[in-house]
Amino acid sequence: MYKLSNLLLACVFVFSVNAQENAGLRLPAGFSATLFADQIGAARHITINDKGILFAKLNYPNKAGQSIVRMEDANGDGIAEKQSGWGKYGGTGIYVKGNQLYASSDDAVYLYQLDANGEVTNPTAPKTIIQNLHSRRQHASKSITLDPQGNIYVNIGAYSNACQEKDRSVGSKGMMPCPILDSAGGVWKFDGSKENQSYAEGKRYATGLRNVIGLDWNNQTNSLFVTQHGRDQLNTFYPTMYTDAQNAELPAETMYEMKEGDDAGWPYVYYDPFQKKKILSPEYGGDGKLEGGKNALNPLVAFPAHMAPMALLFYKGNQFPAKYKEGAFISFHGSWNRAPLPQEGYFVAFVPFKNGKPSGEWEIFANGFAGADNNKSPRAAKARPCGLAEGPDGSLYVSDDSKGAIFKISFNK
Amino acid sequence: MQKMQFKIVSLILIALFYCIQGNAQNMQKGKKIYETRCLACHQADGGGVPNMNAPLDAASNVVGKDIARLVRIIRYGYNERVALDGFYYSNAMTASPDLKDNEIADLLTYIRNSWSNKASAVTIAQVQAAKKKK
Repeated sequence: MYKLSNLLLACVFVFSVNAQENAGLRLPAGFSATLFADQIGAARHITINDKGILFAKLNYPNKAGQSIVRMEDANGDGIAEKQSGWGKYGGTGIYVKGNQLYASSDDAVYLYQLDANGEVTNPTAPKTIIQNLHSRRQHASKSITLDPQGNIYVNIGAYSNACQEKDRSVGSKGMMPCPILDSAGGVWKFDGSKENQSYAEGKRYATGLRNVIGLDWNNQTNSLFVTQHGRDQLNTFYPTMYTDAQNAELPAETMYEMKEGDDAGWPYVYYDPFQKKKILSPEYGGDGKLEGGKNALNPLVAFPAHMAPMALLFYKGNQFPAKYKEGAFISFHGSWNRAPLPQEGYFVAFVPFKNGKPSGEWEIFANGFAGADNNKSPRAAKARPCGLAEGPDGSLYVSDDSKGAIFKISFNK
Repeated sequence: MQKMQFKIVSLILIALFYCIQGNAQNMQKGKKIYETRCLACHQADGGGVPNMNAPLDAASNVVGKDIARLVRIIRYGYNERVALDGFYYSNAMTASPDLKDNEIADLLTYIRNSWSNKASAVTIAQVQAAKKKK
């Protein structure tokens, strides 16, 4: 009996040590992970230059008063032993292109200059590229990406759930047409090199997107791909049409390829992944079955509801096995609007692509961020996946905006 | 004399019993309202959602003394950026103008005494006082 309990203890011990291996993440066979950095602050999006120096944008300044953190792993052990930072404003977007580093607040985009060592030369005096964008609390974060020509694409999220006359209120109708769409609820395009642009100098590139946090330029298709956060609270506002269980699965979180002028349909429709249809929103007279959005895009990929896709990254490297080449990684923050059902997400998903189109079902790539068996509440999650970046060696980095961890995921040849 | 003492003790015990039972009933009723109106955003553990929906568990304002403010937030909703214990929360909160005074008292009593919260129960009189202030 004594021996048996010892054996059990040994098993538990081995199991828990293994759980801490790979920084606590569960990965496909052959992959490993290190905790590249920890406790750096609420790390939103991340970007890496060609020397492997990683920059993270923080949602609000950390204890050291920095809102952009620079991390460098000079000895190549998978841990950033050099950390520094600057910037006093919170935000989400960050994107490095050569020696130019773009970073966003919730209403502007700034441009910093890096020197040959990847050190910032103008930490307190960046150029203001874009300014005075709407930042009205809800969906205020500005994600950014650039195309090869140097145009910058900025998400301006809708400051509303479903464009009701009174936001998130029982019985309030959807506004027709939705007045938010003239200046938010879409992706705007600007010149990445011009200073002091705002709505007048930019262009509404794509519309009908409630809130896009993940976006990336696909070099194969030479087009913009985005992931949208679908609407909340169908059951709260329409309890006679939607049960708690239905709301937990509706609507899908969606991925679109957005060409100039495209419309994804928000707020008039949402995407139902079971009927595989664009369904008229109840705020606009829908009943859960009536279709709408004739001219709106269908999604390329439909993910489970409310999981909150935070970043999208097309994998260009050669380190990972061939199936990952040119495919899409998507980080999921983890849901809150599945309550009272268990929350879902808190993982990084993968969608294989062939010739610029999804070529198979999405799958979970990296899991275990939330910690063991946590599905009760977002607050209790150990880590919440947010930003994604690919290092020059093809490793994948994932940021956590809850406690401020950066995970480095590699394939062991 | 002893009989008198016994009577007083009995009365106190009976009163105490009704108090506790009353409170438990309020907690039960409050819980039901919480589950139908609040849980979707504030979560089963009262933890809220970082950056979006404010936590109710271990939140200084929720267990604080300004009951009137809590009553007004429930009744009229909230549509400003909330600063709470060093963090900000962005989502608008739905108003509940149809909740009766006793229901708001039950709901607040439940919220102020659930999870790690341990604060005074809220009375109907306190809810009514909040209404007059507005």
